[in-house]
Amino acid sequence: MKHLLASTAVLLALTLPAMAQEYTPDPAAKQGGAMVMTYKDDVATLDPAIGYDWQNWSMIRSLFDGLMDYVPGTTDLRLGLAESYEISEDGLSYTFKLRPGVKFHNGREMTADDVKYSLDRVTLPATQSPGSGFFGSIKGYDAMVGGTATSLEGVVVVDPLTVRIDLSRPDATFLHVMAINFSAVVPKEAVEAANGDFGKMPVGTGAFKMTEWTLGQRLVFARNTDYWRAGEPYLDQVTFEFGQEPIVALLRLQNGEIDVPGDGIPPAKFTEVMGDPAQKARVVEGGVLHTGYITMNVTAPPFDKVEVRRAVNMAINKARVVQVINNRAVPANQPLPPAMPGYTADYAGYAYDVEAAKKLLADAGLPDGFETDLYAMNTDPNPRIAQAIQQDLAAIGITANIQSLAQANVIEAGGAGTAPMIWSGGMAWVADFPDPSNFYGPILGCAGAEPGGWNWAKYCNADLDKAAVAADSMSDPAKSADRLKAWSDIYMQVMEDAPWAPVFNDQRFTMKSDRMGGADALYVDPIATVNFDYVYVK
Amino acid sequence: MLGYVLRRLIQSALILLGVAFITFFLLFVLPADPVRQIAGRSATPETVENIRQQLGLDQPFLVQFGRYLGGLVQGDLGRSYLQKSEVSVLIASRLPATLLLMVAAIFCELLIGLSMGILAALRRDRFTDQALMMTSFVTVSAPQFVVSLLMLYVFAVKLGWFPIGGYGTFAHLVLPAITLGILGSGWYSRMMRSSMIDVMRTDYIRTARAKGLSRTRVVLGHALPNAILPIIAMIGIDIGVFMGGIVVVESVFGWPGIGQLAWQAIQRIDIPIIMGVTLISAVAIVLGNLLADLIAPFIDPRIKLK
Repeated sequence: MKHLLASTAVLLALTLPAMAQEYTPDPAAKQGGAMVMTYKDDVATLDPAIGYDWQNWSMIRSLFDGLMDYVPGTTDLRLGLAESYEISEDGLSYTFKLRPGVKFHNGREMTADDVKYSLDRVTLPATQSPGSGFFGSIKGYDAMVGGTATSLEGVVVVDPLTVRIDLSRPDATFLHVMAINFSAVVPKEAVEAANGDFGKMPVGTGAFKMTEWTLGQRLVFARNTDYWRAGEPYLDQVTFEFGQEPIVALLRLQNGEIDVPGDGIPPAKFTEVMGDPAQKARVVEGGVLHTGYITMNVTAPPFDKVEVRRAVNMAINKARVVQVINNRAVPANQPLPPAMPGYTADYAGYAYDVEAAKKLLADAGLPDGFETDLYAMNTDPNPRIAQAIQQDLAAIGITANIQSLAQANVIEAGGAGTAPMIWSGGMAWVADFPDPSNFYGPILGCAGAEPGGWNWAKYCNADLDKAAVAADSMSDPAKSADRLKAWSDIYMQVMEDAPWAPVFNDQRFTMKSDRMGGADALYVDPIATVNFDYVYVK
Repeated sequence: MLGYVLRRLIQSALILLGVAFITFFLLFVLPADPVRQIAGRSATPETVENIRQQLGLDQPFLVQFGRYLGGLVQGDLGRSYLQKSEVSVLIASRLPATLLLMVAAIFCELLIGLSMGILAALRRDRFTDQALMMTSFVTVSAPQFVVSLLMLYVFAVKLGWFPIGGYGTFAHLVLPAITLGILGSGWYSRMMRSSMIDVMRTDYIRTARAKGLSRTRVVLGHALPNAILPIIAMIGIDIGVFMGGIVVVESVFGWPGIGQLAWQAIQRIDIPIIMGVTLISAVAIVLGNLLADLIAPFIDPRIKLK
């Protein structure tokens, strides 16, 4: 331990290459003002242990903090509630020094006990957290899930401002895990006072505090004047108005009544908005850590033959699919999105080649093609995308009958393994944190191929699972480049086996009113959707 | 009277039980798993099973339904799977908005529908009649979504007379209420027209006219009270229609009613909310019909409740 403390500076210096520099504040930013954002649906919950949708994700980030955080507008880690951290040489022990004097919205000072309480709470089965699985590498996790413990053995309060977390296996993604919403620090007394309804009465350490929530109507965040990041946030208030159809939100934006339409630009209006210079000036575009793909069930004919799966990869005219959705995406050739570390930039992917695809089908003994089912979610634009894919498949002799169903039904069919092909749109993978491992386990690994899992291709390659574990054991920051290479190799092998046909990576389009300031990246933040903490009113 | 009310209430309770059973059964056989929605995509099989047990979703259908009913008779609608809040609180926070809109909309429907119907009956087979009946046909067939957006665009965006959606003041209520009023007025105007025509043919109206009463007094004082009877029963049915059809208008005008709540819950198989909203709507329909039947004898003493 002594040795470790002495080497803190060295270790931190080592970690810095993986961690970018602190954020450079926008010189034009100024304090004050309020912004209004609209959504169609009310927020389900603001409990960081429960909230897991694209809508509440960024709100929770502004109300709460974790030990780690990201540089605004980027996927680079930075320190959050932790002032510093050190990793033991075996990569199994993380010691976080907390910032002193950080206060919860209720005025109480945050301590190491709160960190422990929050991690215990999120992994306790009774909490029913959808994020519990992210903490699987912490020592004692299995006992929590198994119900034989009510406290994580691996989370140790060393002193009021120091917490040590011991892992049962090296986990190179652990700092990212400490930055996701699920590990946000919450005060025990507020959780207990809420009596099961903490999601409606959130209390955190974040840049904003919730001051009003009229269910179904509006939610108001006010600036936390005691925020520990001095001078932040810039806005005095953020108001979310609910029940606003995207098209109504657009009308109100044009009328100057609102600042950001949370549900983006309605598809039917996209061409009109982009064609009008005045409106186009308000559009903000950014990448999302998302891939839309077709899964092919590798356990049943005809997709048990790799030639057939490769043929499907070559049959799909991705450029045309992207046109179907008004170019709101870029064609994809591998599971990882381009903005994700570990993306293989020099990989060309399967070229669009109808003749070669037909030949592959013939090689597989299916020269006349076959008939199959293509499952897709029934909300626009997914049925249209499925139709475009259907036409492409028809060109090589595959008759795909589209099964257009509600999201939950597609997920059920995918988990049960009864769907030969699924277009993932509307349910597709958006990264939980910017690390290549996040695209593997549940959706391409053997664990996810179990009944009910999200690996809808039922693809299970034991060698790749081993390689994945090996890559995630490389927790030494100095080996981060090697680790990314290892992940790149894993995804290249996935493409070789072709359980998926990656189709495109979403681009996010949103709008902001003329009076809103701050870099575009803050409005399409890869981590927070909109980064309320750093946008400002001009 | 009391016996009649009691009998009807028992009938209503049985209807509600039936509604609860059918809805619960449909949600049970639905080929989708609510636990997966709660557990999320990163959950391990253990977590999924754990949540299933906690919610009692591993139990056979009748046990689950029995538990639900057990809670229900104690006034417990359960907790939302995804929001974790009490369903009764979620519904209670939104019900006033839906009821307010419903009352205002029925008022508009009656105002527009009855005026149109009376006018058409008095101008029977003339141009006014044909124009009005054509209009009623159009309003009945018009898609709610389009009409709502059109109203919003013209009166809120272009003319700026009303706010662009939302809730809170009287000004917010006007557009959605009038939209629903116009859309629903067709039924009333057609019914009012035929009812009025029948009444105007009767002997007592001829007598009233022969007495030399003014046309206004004949129509409003003598014909209307009788012609309006079938309309009363229709309001009861209308409440049911509203509970089903208000969702679209609520969503366009950003009206925070239970329609929105139901829609979101259905997307994510949040069974306690779906059950709660269904039951509340069923209660409204049953009560609406009961109320219409109870009011009838006061307006028409010939009707006796047995």
